[in-house]
Amino acid sequence: MSFAHKHIISTKVLSRADIDLILTTAQSFKEINQRDIKKVPTLRGKTIINLFYENSTRTRTSFELAGKRMSADTINIAAASSSVSKGETLEDTAKNIEAMDADVIVMRHPASGAPDYLAHRLSRCSVINAGDGAHEHPTQSLLDLMTIKEHKGTLEGLTVAIIGDIARSRVARSNLYALKTMGATVRLAGPSTMLPPGLEELGAEVYTDINAAIKDADVVMMLRIQLEREGGGKLLPTKREYAQFFALNPENMKLAKPDAIVMHPGPLNRGVEISSYVADGKQNVILEQVENGVAVRMALLYLLTGGSDKE
Amino acid sequence: MPATCTTLLNNEAIRRAITRISHQLLEKNKGCDNMVLVGIRTGGDHIARMIQQKIAEIEQIEVPLGAVDVTMYRDDVGSTRDPRPVGKTEIPFKLDKRNVVLVDEVLFTGRTIRAAMDAIMDIGRPANIQLAVLIDRGHRELPIRADYVGRNVPTAALEKIEVEFDPSGEAQEVRLLKP
Amino acid sequence: MKTTIKNGRVIDPAQNIDAVMDVRIVSGRIEQIGKNLESGADEQVIDATGLVVTPGLVDIHVHLRDPGYEYKEDIVSGTRAAAAGGFTSVACMPNTNPCNDNKAITRYIIQKAQLEGFANVFPICSITKGQKGDSLVEMGDLKLAGCVGFSDDGLNVEDGAMLRHAMEYAHGFAMPIIAHSEDESIKNGGVMNEGALSTELGLSGNPWVSEAASVARDIMLAELTGAHLHVCHISSRRTVELVRAAKQRGVHVTCEVTPHHFTLTEQAVRGYDVNAKVGPPLRTAEDVAAMKEGLRDGTIDAIATDHAPHHIDDKNMEFSYAAYGMIGLETALPLALRLVNEGILSLQEVIALLSYKAAKALGIPRGTLAIGAAADVAILNLEHTWEATRQNIKSRSFNTPFENLSMKGKAVMTLRDGKVMHDEV
Repeated sequence: MSFAHKHIISTKVLSRADIDLILTTAQSFKEINQRDIKKVPTLRGKTIINLFYENSTRTRTSFELAGKRMSADTINIAAASSSVSKGETLEDTAKNIEAMDADVIVMRHPASGAPDYLAHRLSRCSVINAGDGAHEHPTQSLLDLMTIKEHKGTLEGLTVAIIGDIARSRVARSNLYALKTMGATVRLAGPSTMLPPGLEELGAEVYTDINAAIKDADVVMMLRIQLEREGGGKLLPTKREYAQFFALNPENMKLAKPDAIVMHPGPLNRGVEISSYVADGKQNVILEQVENGVAVRMALLYLLTGGSDKE
Repeated sequence: MPATCTTLLNNEAIRRAITRISHQLLEKNKGCDNMVLVGIRTGGDHIARMIQQKIAEIEQIEVPLGAVDVTMYRDDVGSTRDPRPVGKTEIPFKLDKRNVVLVDEVLFTGRTIRAAMDAIMDIGRPANIQLAVLIDRGHRELPIRADYVGRNVPTAALEKIEVEFDPSGEAQEVRLLKP
Repeated sequence: MKTTIKNGRVIDPAQNIDAVMDVRIVSGRIEQIGKNLESGADEQVIDATGLVVTPGLVDIHVHLRDPGYEYKEDIVSGTRAAAAGGFTSVACMPNTNPCNDNKAITRYIIQKAQLEGFANVFPICSITKGQKGDSLVEMGDLKLAGCVGFSDDGLNVEDGAMLRHAMEYAHGFAMPIIAHSEDESIKNGGVMNEGALSTELGLSGNPWVSEAASVARDIMLAELTGAHLHVCHISSRRTVELVRAAKQRGVHVTCEVTPHHFTLTEQAVRGYDVNAKVGPPLRTAEDVAAMKEGLRDGTIDAIATDHAPHHIDDKNMEFSYAAYGMIGLETALPLALRLVNEGILSLQEVIALLSYKAAKALGIPRGTLAIGAAADVAILNLEHTWEATRQNIKSRSFNTPFENLSMKGKAVMTLRDGKVMHDEV
């Protein structure tokens, strides 16, 4: 077995074999989360730093649990409570952390490319991208793939519709690459103001009519709409209109395959991009995504630190 | 290619060893009411299944069978160039107050058994843990011994023992490979 | 003081000269050009055999960062870089601190360049006070102080009425308005060219329209006012088309392109290379081809570097936060010479775009070896191959995406007013 990556920055560079290995390993770790005593000694003595420049209770908690369940020491650093707010550069912050002999830095950052920047400047530490700007969110994508595979048995040949603010979605990008690598068809849909140029070149099918995107899909993944973002009013008239044309509801869900599953990276805007009837319906796997998130992150932490020689 | 390759046990000899271990297990435990079998991946799980089948033949009882992967419990995580593959631990029953029979194909340094016992203890609190192995080749590094042994084989440290399984998981042959 | 540069291939596009000749300089002026000139015993003789002798190059768009940001560059280090790149004259942008919107700063720049610098510096003053976009600078007074044009470079003049009146007023003094044209509202915070790559990298995109729409407005204001509009660092195919069409209908418009905009595409940004972050952004192969066509057909009047030195502390960070710009004075010549190799321009045309044509675009009286002209001379070795490294770049900053790229062609000597400013013969 070989896993040739020192960092997890993007799904674009992961091969089919890499993804298979990550998902298989995650399945093995998932069993721990179902035990009474959810802890194994695997990563005793390893130090994992969650360096979060953006708030994210969900992702941070998931990484923290993943580390702790494998007996690693996990430390959370929130940008607001650290020297970051004193104007320290990212490189200085990261090198200080590395000097404390951290093994993995898990980073979320509002600027695209920040984890990549970090990875190029650290000598020993591995970097896991926990979401950077509108670039990528590889661990979210891998947990999505794990969840889809659990339900469908395979990823090959599936049709996955991802709907919402594609332009600002790192989840959409990471899923596009990973799903394409695994042989799925990816449809990206949303209002035209939220579809950035070049999606076809990146391998997606693009739709402005979400009914067409949902038609015969095996998986429907809804993305969170954030109207409060700057310039939101230029992109969309109202949440009401968004809900009318771009939300997943029991009616348009009927267009998908009968056994289709509904996914959402969370947190949900009920009544905006997803109707509560769908969000709570029997086709939803949203909480399984959360559960698999811990397992996938355990797998990645193991794969990055469980070997001795990573160049 | 190794210089020499000697067959230690053929399929028939393996079956006889499994039969003997099964009888000893039943005798020592006065039947199999409270017994569970846990094979150590990969290899031990197949031997455990063979024992389970043999006991079913003798007693008409299906002893619960599980498998444990000890990779997460190894004392040498991080010492190999690439991380070792992590297999699945599947123990679909409670271990509390049961007589747990750990099964492995070859007993060598004892480190795998240590890891397996830690794994078992994390999952439940058995009444006792017993150890059954097809081959004991010596060279222990920890104070561990097997309760049931198919065959004791004196070996040199650099020699290797190989157990060949057929696609159904039935052990076909045990070989000694000399470097 | 007399100097004779002997046996060089003299190229002076302004006089249509391209021949092996000697150039004699007396008292800082070109005295004589001809074959086998006699030189007296007291004369300095420079042997330029196998080298090319051209007018000192003229860069009409640089940032010298002085006063205020001397940690990035100052007039001394910036003009030293200019001289090393073959430039004897540069026009510097006013986004200093304080802003060059008054004659005290203008005079400071000119005097410091004369006293301590290695090239002539022609200051460009801001259009509006403090580049704030709301009130005109004293254009008449600044012209008297030595300013050669007005620009709020780095910023667009968003207010159309403001720009219109600036053009009208500058026109009255026969001065150009030098426009950094990018519609900020269309740019909308974009940090690289908008397209598949910006989508992939998750960086906000700045589409070509931000430049073209703004240039269209500026051209029409120039058409309305009759003023001379010079468009800075054009980057998009549509912009070239707009300038070409405007010239055809007689609008007084000139424009420049930077070496990076005709050499690199947006692909240079891949890997989040902050040294490829520049405004306007590097664009597509199609745009690069349009720049070359614009140079070939004369739509583009000048090659200018937009030399924008930044300290590593202003660059070494997340791409979205890093400063815009790259240095260019020392890499401009070899990058421009690539156009000769590619068969797009002749050597004479490249020299023209880097000297008299550039000077002419802003009305700077430089860029020729005509008898009586200031003896600003560049001596070039077209065969010299080298790489830009921190050690051999004279600029105080080293923000360049061309690091370790093999360069062919180098200014080996530069003379200003007959005095040697750079010498690696």
